[in-house]
Amino acid sequence: MAKNPETRSQVRGWLLFLLLVPLLVLYVPLYNTIEPTLFGFPFFYWFQLAWIVASMIITAVVYYGTEPRRE
Amino acid sequence: MPLNVTALTVFVLFFALVTYVGFAAARWKRGNLDHLHEWGLAGGKFGTLITWFLLGGDLYTAYTFIAVPALAFGAGALAFFAVPYTIVIYPFVFVVFPRLWSVARARGYITAADFIRGRYGDRWLALAVALTGILATLPYVALQLVGLEVVIAAMGVQLAGALVYLPLIIAFAILAAFDYFSGLRAPAAIAIIKDIMIYITVFAAIIVIPLELGGWGNVFAAVPKDKLLLADNFGSYTGYATLFLGSAMALFLYPHSVTGVLSSSSRHVIRRNAALLPAYSFLLGLIALLGYMALAVGVGKMPAYATSFKAFGANFAVPALFLQVFPSWFAGFAFASIGIGALVPAAIMSIAAANLFSRNIYREFVNPHCDPKQESQMAKTMSLVVKVGALLFIIFLPNEYAIQMQLLGGIWIIHTFPAVIFGLYTRWLDSKALLAGWAVGMISGTWMAASIGFRPIFPLTIFGTTVPAYIAIYSVILNFAVAVVLTLVFNLSARSRADETLPGDYAVEGGAGH
Repeated sequence: MAKNPETRSQVRGWLLFLLLVPLLVLYVPLYNTIEPTLFGFPFFYWFQLAWIVASMIITAVVYYGTEPRRE
Repeated sequence: MPLNVTALTVFVLFFALVTYVGFAAARWKRGNLDHLHEWGLAGGKFGTLITWFLLGGDLYTAYTFIAVPALAFGAGALAFFAVPYTIVIYPFVFVVFPRLWSVARARGYITAADFIRGRYGDRWLALAVALTGILATLPYVALQLVGLEVVIAAMGVQLAGALVYLPLIIAFAILAAFDYFSGLRAPAAIAIIKDIMIYITVFAAIIVIPLELGGWGNVFAAVPKDKLLLADNFGSYTGYATLFLGSAMALFLYPHSVTGVLSSSSRHVIRRNAALLPAYSFLLGLIALLGYMALAVGVGKMPAYATSFKAFGANFAVPALFLQVFPSWFAGFAFASIGIGALVPAAIMSIAAANLFSRNIYREFVNPHCDPKQESQMAKTMSLVVKVGALLFIIFLPNEYAIQMQLLGGIWIIHTFPAVIFGLYTRWLDSKALLAGWAVGMISGTWMAASIGFRPIFPLTIFGTTVPAYIAIYSVILNFAVAVVLTLVFNLSARSRADETLPGDYAVEGGAGH
């Protein structure tokens, strides 16, 4: 992984960010509602599905942010 | 149900195809299958795409595809816990599991129990981890048969008397044979076919059915008002949140997940897959909604399916939906995707359980001087035993038992979390303390589940407030507390800090040794 201490702590920051953000979904009242609906989907359903897409994007960003440069 | 010849023909054709692929897979990425590392881990040669198919086919099982929409069909919003569950797990996999991959590659570990053996130098803790893994896996294999049973019945295959289980026996015999010869390569190759079929089926369903029903609004309108959302109270929120959190913590501790992770060719493959695997979660979210579509189409009230619903309960919702809305040939295709979807995880699970038995029980306790060929042979034999056991379980015991056992399996496997996951970061916890914590967690978890009739959510009263939460979470907190307190106690005297791993092992890039 990263070689000097500065990038190491940067990597730590990225990883912590990645681990903590999803824990937002633990707060269920946040999304246990019908409105606003989207394409007929109640908020409860489309919010959680949309979160999957968001988590894929966040993970990809962190991947490119922490992956060492290829030789 | 009358015999559906078209659907059955399509089903059998696809089964024949994957049988061929399963045997041909022995020659794929050629390796010496007389070594456990090759038979049971495919030599650790799988790249990003194959690992994606393998883990996808492994974690999202046939039973999932039947049971999650069945839960939505019967209980509504609660079934969606399968979605946030995977939102939580993949970032965790991204951060934690490359370390397990690296130390395994550096030290030649093929199971989580191998890692425990090396990290703590304690064969009894390793045995506990191995036994927990095997115990949690067996009912899971049996449940795959339930998925298979439901789709076979949906095609109208009804045999009388002693022949009732013949289709299941044939399917499992095929599975056992190609597993035996090809090892992990077989389910990996088949997973590619199966996953593509599942994607086609689900996308067809979510495009065609809402169109027929006049939009998604009508799909959700069919759900009873009180089930469309979770009940608006504290207990239902804690129940939902802990259920998905605990399931997430357990998921990658299962032996079949560890096998999938360790068969990949580099730690980067795991990181990439943590970003790519949620695609399956999205699919699973849509699959859950098939339960609502079944409500909207009204299959539960149609006389044609009444006897099948009586036999299989809500598990028949998805097969009935497919029969009702798809032409026969496509229903056969969809059933084949579920049927093959049962074989892939069943294969990987039985291989993973066999690896644990052969490496961590047979070689550790029975025959320490076995050569690689004997070790590999023992695993092949065990993979057969596991499948026969699962088959007997389904044939001779009510399916209800398999479901309860699988629920317990999730509660049990989480008790390897402190030893395995914390062990990837620190050697501070004492192995005997971890073993005591494991025992307390296993017993308290099983007791809580049994005391409320094998349901997942336990209403624990803390200082006068009742907090319903997933038993796995409560019991793993207890497990961890015991492990920490006893470690502090044992620290007062001299204790063993045996550890064969080195800090650098946890970041190994690959290429070393194996």
